[in-house]
Amino acid sequence: MNGVHDMGGMHGMGPITPEPEGIAFHHAWEGRVHALNLASPTRGNIDAGRHKIERMPPADYLRMSYYEKWLARVEQLLLEAGYITADELASGRAAPGAPKSTPFRPAASVHAALTSPYSYVRDVPPAAFAVGDRVRARVMNPPGHTRLPRYVRGRVGVIDRLHGGHVFPDRHAHGHGEDPHHLYCVRFEARELWGPEAPARDSVRLDLWEPYLERA
Amino acid sequence: MAHDHHDHDHDHEQEPPSDIALRVKALESLLIEKGLVDPAALDAIVDHYEHKVGPRNGARVVAKAWSDQAYLERLRADATAAIAELGFTGRQGEHMIAVENTPTTHNLVVCTLCSCYPWPVLGLPPVWYKSAPYRARAVIDPRGVLADFGTELPDDVEVSVWDSTAEVRYLVIPERPAGTEGLSEAELADLVTRDGMIGTARL
Repeated sequence: MNGVHDMGGMHGMGPITPEPEGIAFHHAWEGRVHALNLASPTRGNIDAGRHKIERMPPADYLRMSYYEKWLARVEQLLLEAGYITADELASGRAAPGAPKSTPFRPAASVHAALTSPYSYVRDVPPAAFAVGDRVRARVMNPPGHTRLPRYVRGRVGVIDRLHGGHVFPDRHAHGHGEDPHHLYCVRFEARELWGPEAPARDSVRLDLWEPYLERA
Repeated sequence: MAHDHHDHDHDHEQEPPSDIALRVKALESLLIEKGLVDPAALDAIVDHYEHKVGPRNGARVVAKAWSDQAYLERLRADATAAIAELGFTGRQGEHMIAVENTPTTHNLVVCTLCSCYPWPVLGLPPVWYKSAPYRARAVIDPRGVLADFGTELPDDVEVSVWDSTAEVRYLVIPERPAGTEGLSEAELADLVTRDGMIGTARL
């Protein structure tokens, strides 16, 4: 979707504010929100989770902090899935007679859930492109989830590296299975993206799935 | 829940709870009451991100790459496996690639679409990494972003930006500073900064 989350190349977003390292959470509630998202029974696939955030009203997306968005997301998911009611959310108390569940993520499973190796790589047919091939990012404007940013659509780059077959977010986010496709690292010259004012040597690389690309 | 105190304003223990803190507390209480979440699991997740992961992990990877040519080769061949040798695995580090700064190339990592970041080696991202100004500018004006961090690059150095659009995560291996030949790996790791491994700073 052509959402406000797709901000590469936008102007006017204000200054960058550096901060010292060593701060995981700036407020205790942020850590609880992070944990609630990971421990919630609504925990879905990563692409669906990203799309949920993208679909927030643009003004909210820009106004809310990262963890305010995560809080809004987990509240909505819990309501939509029927785990909680609006009255319960407003009061912070379970409705009388509400059933007692078993936690989706018991404490004993946390370490493995956070640290176990996992792979998004899947078997796929042979790759259409090889390192060095010139490719154009397709001009496409899907209304659903995509990881093809607007700033590269229609631009020509060169295949820099093959990552193998990866789960395809455009389908996975919408519950259509993993539909894996080849993933490529594609190098675009800064001047191809931004025009002749950009420094001649600079470049931007993106990881793009085969359905995003055509031979150039 | 215990908190380490850092050299910054940690305002959440001195001031009355904010509206959002109360909202989070209410949600947490509700989910615990309904048996949907295990409070000990929440504590364990917070503890993991406050104490088990962070940029000191990535600094160990960098220091080892500087010190051990065989390790550097393994890092180049399969960064995920080489980083796992040091015990750093899991969420948001599933597919790692190390990108090396050289005298002629400077690397900078961003996620323009959300906030993808290599959690096992760098911990959770700083606020600026997740925020609109950095995400918008890093791809169109990387030299301006670097200048905001006090990093000036000569014109003949290529700035190579990596926009993390998939589940591949990039770790910048900064150039080893001059005059560090006699240092141990642990001493070298102390020289490596988070911003150096994102690419907004040079060491």
